[in-house]
Amino acid sequence: MASGNQNLYRRRVWLNRWNLAMSLLTMAFGMVFLIWILITLFARGFEALSPMLFTQMTPPPGSEGGLSNAIFGSLLMVVVSTLISTPIGILAGIYLAEYGKNGIVASLTRFINDILLSAPSIVIGLFIYTVIVAQVGHFSGWAGSFALALLAIPVVVRTTENMLRLVPNSLREAAIALGSPMWKVILMVTLKAVRAGVITGVLLAVARVSGETAPLLFTALNNQFWSTDMNAPMANLPVVIFQFAASPFVEWQHLAWAGALLITLAVLALNIMARVLFRQAAPK
Amino acid sequence: MNLEMQALRPEFAAKSEEASATKIAVRHLDFFYGKFQGLKDVNLDIAERRVTAFIGPSGCGKSTLLRTLNRMYSLYPGQRAVGEINFNGRNTLEAHVDLNMLRAKIGMVFQKPTPFPMSIHDNISFGVSLYESLSAREMEDRVEWALTKAAMWDEAKDKLKQSGMALSGGQQQRLCIARAVAVKPEVLLLDEPTSALDPISTAKIEELISELKADYTIAIVTHNMQQAARVSDYTAYMYLGELIEFGATDDLFLKPKRKETEDYITGRFG
Repeated sequence: MASGNQNLYRRRVWLNRWNLAMSLLTMAFGMVFLIWILITLFARGFEALSPMLFTQMTPPPGSEGGLSNAIFGSLLMVVVSTLISTPIGILAGIYLAEYGKNGIVASLTRFINDILLSAPSIVIGLFIYTVIVAQVGHFSGWAGSFALALLAIPVVVRTTENMLRLVPNSLREAAIALGSPMWKVILMVTLKAVRAGVITGVLLAVARVSGETAPLLFTALNNQFWSTDMNAPMANLPVVIFQFAASPFVEWQHLAWAGALLITLAVLALNIMARVLFRQAAPK
Repeated sequence: MNLEMQALRPEFAAKSEEASATKIAVRHLDFFYGKFQGLKDVNLDIAERRVTAFIGPSGCGKSTLLRTLNRMYSLYPGQRAVGEINFNGRNTLEAHVDLNMLRAKIGMVFQKPTPFPMSIHDNISFGVSLYESLSAREMEDRVEWALTKAAMWDEAKDKLKQSGMALSGGQQQRLCIARAVAVKPEVLLLDEPTSALDPISTAKIEELISELKADYTIAIVTHNMQQAARVSDYTAYMYLGELIEFGATDDLFLKPKRKETEDYITGRFG
């Protein structure tokens, strides 16, 4: 009996070590590539970093230049898409969590939202191309913003709904027991209780869309010149990176690295902000 | 009102030396959670400016009864009540009753303290500003008045801007009572208001209930029979959705008429 237990115990210890070793190995495997990518990006990107990036526009092949028009275009389109997607996403999330609950409309909406959440971004790009670009006859900043908004909405819907579902029902009942109409309960009590969580969702959505290339390729395309016209094709970092990185010109390749680093740093900053906010949002 | 009822079943008519007007009259109330019947033909009168306690084992329907009084159950599809609850000359179970107005007149405090995620001041002004437009000055006065009523003013006066979530459990519950009192309701429903609190906070809230009954009609659900005996004027004993016995608290505890009641209050059952 005793020796049997001993054997069993030793086997468990070894099995535990084996499993620990295997999981560490797989983690290391994943990390190696991630760190490799980051090291390459930082090395090449910092090399190409210069104040000119922010002051000069994208150059013709063979000459020096910057990314100012692409940085501005990206910022503008991301801001516009955020302005579109945030109210729609939050309102839809409120509907799902507070009104629709498990009804047919809500279940259907939730299902479709989940599909959109994982839809390939190129499909979204093609969709906007078909319904806007092809109808209007030219690429535009608006089309780019709409494509990005379509990508951001499902993320905002999902986080808003999940956050609101975390609000204990007792809080809702307490506000209703004071004679408050439902919309005031939602606006002033439940949404307020999860404010930080909802903002986190919006930030994560922004982080997600700011690096998207495929939907912009079919909608905003690119613009070599400084343009603030949302009705015209608009320069943006992802498409510039895509075009410049694949080009044979060394200056363009350098700019692509610099652009990639800028996007990565921006997304990193957004993620850190989201995490800090979310920590504050955690229930006390 | 409903004289036949009392004549037919005299044990259900509230008796009291100092007779008090009926504030809420419950008649033939049945309640259903889907197919399950949670309340069966409940009849009782809740007396004005008195404390009425509902006692009974878990699942007996006492909380359900309380939640029919302010129509809280209407939030949930599948729950429905049949019968009459007469309040200010109207049957509040009717379909077209303005529920927000009803709930403004019949306030409720819950088992777990539920401060809103805002400052102490805003916790109280939230409900008030729903139905009254007060100046900032008047609102300050109202906040002070409500906190004083709930025996919270001394503790809270220096931190009105602080979050209500940062208070202790007992303070949070008194804040919730202040919040309910601030809208000047006619009736206060207390759903096990002290079951999540320590003995000292419990004592404070019981004291508070005795003071509040000078101005408000109070209905309290409690698991604690001593509490019912201490704070209430009338007590209803419920079991399996039925009202077994209802009468003046002293009568019910000292000489219960029904064997079931006696078994429960002496601890032989429940």
